[in-house]
Amino acid sequence: MKVIFNIRRFDGEKDYWQSFAVPVFRGMTLLEGLFYIKENLDGSLAFRASCRMGVCGSCAVKVNGKPVLACETQISSVNSSKLDIEPIDNFRVIKDLVTDFEGFFRKHEAVKPYLIRNDDNYENPVELIQTPKQMKSYYTFSLCIKCGACYSVCPAAATRSDYLGPAAITAAWRFIADSRDEGKEERYEAVCGDNGVWRCHFAAECSEVCPKKVEPAKAVQKMRIRTALHAIKKVIL
Amino acid sequence: MRVHHDIVIVGGGLAGLRAAIAAAEKSKKLSIALISKTYPIRCHSVCAEGGTAAVLREGDSFDLHAWDTVKGADFLADQDAVEFFVRESPKEILRLDNWGCPWSRTEDGRIAQRAFGGQSFNRTVFAADRTGFHEVHTLYERTLMYPNIVRYDEYFMTNLVIEDGAARGIIAIELKSGDLVLFEAKAVILATGGAGRLFGFTTYSHQVTGDGMAIAYRCRVPLKDMEFFQFHPTGLVPSGILMTEACRGEGGYLRNKDGERFMERYAPERMELAPRDVVARSMWREIIEGRGIESEYGPYIALDLTHLGEKKIEERLPLIREAAKKFAGIDPVEEPIPVRPVAHYTMGGVHTNMWCETPVKGLYATGEVACISIHGANRLGSNSTAECLVFGRVAGEKAAEYALSTELRHVDDDIYREEEKRIFDEFLGRSGDESPYQIKKELNEVMDSSFWIFRDGNGMKEGFKKILELKERYRNVEIADNTRKFNTDMIYAFEVGFMLDLAEAVAAGAIARTESRGAHYRLDYPERDDENWLKHTLAYYTPDGPKLEYIPVTITKWQPVERKY
Repeated sequence: MKVIFNIRRFDGEKDYWQSFAVPVFRGMTLLEGLFYIKENLDGSLAFRASCRMGVCGSCAVKVNGKPVLACETQISSVNSSKLDIEPIDNFRVIKDLVTDFEGFFRKHEAVKPYLIRNDDNYENPVELIQTPKQMKSYYTFSLCIKCGACYSVCPAAATRSDYLGPAAITAAWRFIADSRDEGKEERYEAVCGDNGVWRCHFAAECSEVCPKKVEPAKAVQKMRIRTALHAIKKVIL
Repeated sequence: MRVHHDIVIVGGGLAGLRAAIAAAEKSKKLSIALISKTYPIRCHSVCAEGGTAAVLREGDSFDLHAWDTVKGADFLADQDAVEFFVRESPKEILRLDNWGCPWSRTEDGRIAQRAFGGQSFNRTVFAADRTGFHEVHTLYERTLMYPNIVRYDEYFMTNLVIEDGAARGIIAIELKSGDLVLFEAKAVILATGGAGRLFGFTTYSHQVTGDGMAIAYRCRVPLKDMEFFQFHPTGLVPSGILMTEACRGEGGYLRNKDGERFMERYAPERMELAPRDVVARSMWREIIEGRGIESEYGPYIALDLTHLGEKKIEERLPLIREAAKKFAGIDPVEEPIPVRPVAHYTMGGVHTNMWCETPVKGLYATGEVACISIHGANRLGSNSTAECLVFGRVAGEKAAEYALSTELRHVDDDIYREEEKRIFDEFLGRSGDESPYQIKKELNEVMDSSFWIFRDGNGMKEGFKKILELKERYRNVEIADNTRKFNTDMIYAFEVGFMLDLAEAVAAGAIARTESRGAHYRLDYPERDDENWLKHTLAYYTPDGPKLEYIPVTITKWQPVERKY
């Protein structure tokens, strides 16, 4: 059986659609289909891929309008004999399916996504206590693989390119909710600005497309409540 | 383009990230470049699942961890390095705890540990079955706190610059623009990972093509013990995706087609938790003797977790459940997982001493690209992530000390121009009638047949001949894409060239070593031969093929004895 891969390509100047017929076997993934094209039909096709097991976050692409990880999507599951494959939205395209993630990572950096402790002791670290219950309050949010799927469907990011976006705000929340962290105040400041949590439209599409079920929309909601309380506290005190 | 830093680290995985932090901690004045061909969080270390070994609790001891490691290594490990390694590992676990790693916990909130193959104490610290993922993210996040770490994401190294016997920097292509960049530095750390894509059936990410090893080798830095390649017992059929050893650490069984737990016959004491070489060999024996389970993807062995129950599997092995469902259509709660031994770890690598120093001044190697050697002929599960942490730190500190005591020397313009000519005039868009993809495919076939779990002299000599043929054909390779920006076609061709050189080094070392030790098992020489072969192989690049030399193994406390499990 052959499936048509209709790919939106970009060579740095012009973009165009090109179709490839890919012979499909049972269980074949979208990524294996892309490799088939690269290895047999057109070596110039550019896409990102690494782990091929849904952990590294390299291979998000849009298939028939929906962002997915190419490596963990079975061709048969798309249920169509023709696949329209495009780079994900809200990212600048570099070449073919490869998009520019630099801004995305800068936004992630901006929310101080690391554990902040007052007693940071590099030379002589000591074991911190955290019960499984405490860990549960943030663990899901630590599973983000930064694939960009959430950001690509975010209506707020589509209209404001400087919006921090669901992944970055989720990263901020992941640390705020961590019982070992002591940097909450700094992080509230980082996300409450003009490009921060208040830009979210509550579309919640981010949670729907997240391949790791991280629920970024939930993190953004929690973040808004905390940031509001933080703002009120600042006014009162 | 030309930039300069005090230290250049190539590779953004566990070892490279840890080295960057160590160097930044050493001095705020040092400018540190972290260069990686993917974004750091897309490195292969994120695929590490099971855990990281460290002595943390009463009942365990440094000597016990060291002994397990040395015995697991079939006595080819350097024992001074092993003793250092086991002492430093616990501190790394606590550092990662302090930096936010979500280590799995006991009910009272302390760091939990699980059983692992060849480890005679439950000393494997873990973060569910996503240990590498969480370690990488934790370290990456931590690097963001140091203003003197500058990242260069998606830069592909094409060459090392060595002048007057000292490292002066590296040359890399910025993928996004296609520009060639000369990175001048006082010290260079290679942390580019292993060479697992040499093999077709492999747990490795697509990106793991041995770049750093091959480039160092071509620059006349010797490779050590390349014939020792680890086959992990449990790769998911048919994709090869890793099914962590923690499946067995948490109590999983291996069964043949009769439902028998066959490890009883091979390692009655440790059973499924014998070291990987022993388990992989036993499984392969079952398969070739007809006791595998037949399938459309060839015979396999059953990894049975069904008796563990859904609660335990969800809590301890959630990624395994998800991957088995997504990539094999099987829920491990309900039925056994189809697995086969799979190429998994490069014990060999760039020759270094226990301070990560290569024979070239100012050039360091750490993590899987390096061979220190603490793993000898067979690495124990959960010692590799530990190695990346411990020796990532060592490399970062040593490079920092060196950089603080030396002056930057400018690299001659000619070197940059020559490299530019080699890549953009001679390689990019070149015509030919050989496809790099086809050559890679055939290389994988040779490695999977001639240099797999059971080896023999004749088969390996055939394989070696085939590798040389492929090298010859590669001279006529075509690169269809002649554009500069994000040219993955050209990058692929580079990688295939690297892998061909490495395959040659693996083959030469394996043919020469007429004994069986750890992962290197020969049907024609099935016994270990300490009298002649208790020594490390060094492979030197020459235009006529690898030249082999040998150096002794460092033994401190433990003389070789018979290895039983």
